[in-house]
Amino acid sequence: MSVVTNTPLLSSAGVHSPEARLALAEALLAATDLQSFARQALDWLAYHAGVDQTLVAVADPASPNLLLIADHGIPSQVLADFVIRRDEATHPIVRAMDRAEGTYFAAAASRETPLAGIGFHAFPLRQDGDAASLGLLIAVASSPEVHPDVLWVARQLSRQPGRLMARPGLAESGFGQERMLLYSIINAVTDPILLTDTEGKLIIANTHAEKLFAAPEDASEGWRRAVALNNMLFSAALSTSAVTQTDLARRELLLVDPLEGSDLLFELLSSRAKDERQGTYVVSILRNITDLARAREEIEESYRTLRLAQAEVRDERHRLDLIIDSVADPILVTDPEGDIVLMNEPAERLFNVPVTASEAAQRNVRANGANLTSFVSNVLTRTGEQRYRGEIQLTDPSSGRALPVEALAGTILSEQGELVWVVTILHDLTEALEKEVLYERLKHASAELERKVQEATAELAQQNELLRRQHIELEQASALKSQFLANISHEFRTPLNAILGYTHMLLHGVTGAISEPQRKSLTRIDSNSRHLLALINDILDITRIEAGRMPLNLTRFRVTDLVDEVMSELEPIIRRSNLAVTTKTRSLPMVKTDRQKVKQVVLNLLSNALKFTPSGSVTIATTVDGKAGMVGIIVRDTGVGIPEESQSKIFEDFRQLDNSPTRGYGGTGLGLSICRRLAQMLGGSIELTSRLGEGSVFTLRLPVRPRRR
Amino acid sequence: MGDTRNPLVLVVEDYQDAREMYAAYLQFSGYRVAEAANGLEALDKTRELMPDIILMDLALPKMDGWEATRRLKADEQTRHIPIVALTGHALAGHAEGARQAGCDAFVTKPCLPDALVTEIERMLSARRSETSGSRRGTRTQGKTKQT
Repeated sequence: MSVVTNTPLLSSAGVHSPEARLALAEALLAATDLQSFARQALDWLAYHAGVDQTLVAVADPASPNLLLIADHGIPSQVLADFVIRRDEATHPIVRAMDRAEGTYFAAAASRETPLAGIGFHAFPLRQDGDAASLGLLIAVASSPEVHPDVLWVARQLSRQPGRLMARPGLAESGFGQERMLLYSIINAVTDPILLTDTEGKLIIANTHAEKLFAAPEDASEGWRRAVALNNMLFSAALSTSAVTQTDLARRELLLVDPLEGSDLLFELLSSRAKDERQGTYVVSILRNITDLARAREEIEESYRTLRLAQAEVRDERHRLDLIIDSVADPILVTDPEGDIVLMNEPAERLFNVPVTASEAAQRNVRANGANLTSFVSNVLTRTGEQRYRGEIQLTDPSSGRALPVEALAGTILSEQGELVWVVTILHDLTEALEKEVLYERLKHASAELERKVQEATAELAQQNELLRRQHIELEQASALKSQFLANISHEFRTPLNAILGYTHMLLHGVTGAISEPQRKSLTRIDSNSRHLLALINDILDITRIEAGRMPLNLTRFRVTDLVDEVMSELEPIIRRSNLAVTTKTRSLPMVKTDRQKVKQVVLNLLSNALKFTPSGSVTIATTVDGKAGMVGIIVRDTGVGIPEESQSKIFEDFRQLDNSPTRGYGGTGLGLSICRRLAQMLGGSIELTSRLGEGSVFTLRLPVRPRRR
Repeated sequence: MGDTRNPLVLVVEDYQDAREMYAAYLQFSGYRVAEAANGLEALDKTRELMPDIILMDLALPKMDGWEATRRLKADEQTRHIPIVALTGHALAGHAEGARQAGCDAFVTKPCLPDALVTEIERMLSARRSETSGSRRGTRTQGKTKQT
């Protein structure tokens, strides 16, 4: 039960201009139906009194419910809930209607009314003296105080219902009910629906529209601003729209969600509704197409992507064609029946020839095709294997050359797992096989070579070993020989010593006087013995040199002194020779070497020169090569000379040019051989230049100081 | 000839022909000669005869020339007697060995008798000049030999 209090009346009438009331009164009088009458009254109240949330309901004899005939600023939900039976006497609204005075429902007390939670006045509308109330005016108010204009309007309305309701058609019309139904329908529509005048002024809005275009009193500042913006946008849309020209206009309208703050895109459908009595209205339906727009964008994006993908696929396909054609190896794609569905250029050469080609070429192509088919059928039997490798014998159609190829096949399956194609790549094995053959040959040759090298190496090692042994044996033999020669020459000399001694004594008359023929014979014995001794001494020298047992006795001396000494020793021979023997020595550095051996060599060279020069001259000269640290002793003669082919031989053992037993010159034939050995021992050399019949030049070269050798 | 005042040469040589040849020639050349055929004999003869000079072959039986030389040179009595080594082996080492053993000179075989006499003459004259006015006062008239 709601608490109802009497409305205290304000006696402040006259605050509003009488002209305004007069105008309303005139308008009301002119009103032809209760509905427009009530609406004008409420509009007036809102405009003049600022009471902008009002409604008028009447009791219609044809309906059990109170009928809403006009409202202003009342939330549509309230209107939709405004279903009150007239005969429900206990209903607070019905009771208020039946009261004589107005009733104020405080916000706390309005719970059982359609305006639950809202404070309002309810004024019964009844003609003076009438017992029954015709209806009631409800004005939302936050306090019990009543605006005088509201009372006035209530009075005006009280006078009229009877008159207006008495008009035929009205009383029995289901107007109110239809209106309620209409509200319900409109509210049930999820799209915001608005009824406005042509300027966009709101007349009716459903709940969804109200969310966009109306803010509750306790709404936030943002909400209010969003609502204000929406209203502005909507009015602008209507005013700029073609609504004025056409019956139905369709346009897009961007509004703000007052609660979320997000953009909402609506399609605005506006149409004019002409009413004979109430003028022109605009009905606007807003359809939220935010999602739609997004979906469209997405679709467009998908489409673009699709187009791009298609282009890419086309490019890819093109590239693939190029690649396949550029591969030197034949590539074929066959269907499961073995028929070729695609092949590249190299494959064409093997499996396709123009009909004009030779019979042989045609035959080869057929044979190739058969071989390929057989290979592919093998692939097909190997289910489950993605790759298959094999070798096929093909024939080059044009040349008829055998063409061994390696075939590598891959299967392409459909999404359902069925085999769609077999891709086969053929690789020419000719070269590989040839290489293999060559490689085998090479390997064989290499192995053969290695075997031979090993054999040769083994043989070489064997020979080396043999040589090494022989070398040792030879060294031993050589040492034995040297020892033997040394011993034998000693043994020779003991008896020779006696022969020479006794011959000498006989010749010197130690044993008495000897006859001239005896002297002659003894002289022969003596000279032959001496020759034998010289031979033995020379052999001993050579043996000692070769055995490395010839000691070196190094001293410092002047070469010129040595030459003079040699000259004086040979003086008797020189004198007998009748040759012009001269020395051309120049100042030489002191040398350090084995004086005795140098002397032996020079003596030998000079003796030879004297011996082999029948006439002319013999010269001893000296040279020095400071840079090389060498001195030279040159013995030059104008003798018989030595032919070139023999010049190297004269240094050999037992060599004289005339090797016959009756040779005209004495000597052991070992002199030059020993000289060269001695010169080499001293780090020097003996050189010879000679011309037959013109003479010879022997040059002994010696280092100034002994060299480590 | 045979003059006791002539120098005494001890010829040590195992080869009889050579020994006698040298002896004959030395006597022919005016020396007194004693002979020994081996080292031991050489030692005995030296101590017995105290020769003026010894001609010593090195390769000797019983005691070789080196050993005999060493002993003679080790003996105060015989140290002063010059020894001329007579070697047939001209191979390296023989001359050095002879010198180390104490030989004063050496000649290589074959050596003609006159060459030997020349060497002996040289040695003796050198010794004479060294010991001029010595207690022995042995003098030999120099027998100049031609070359």
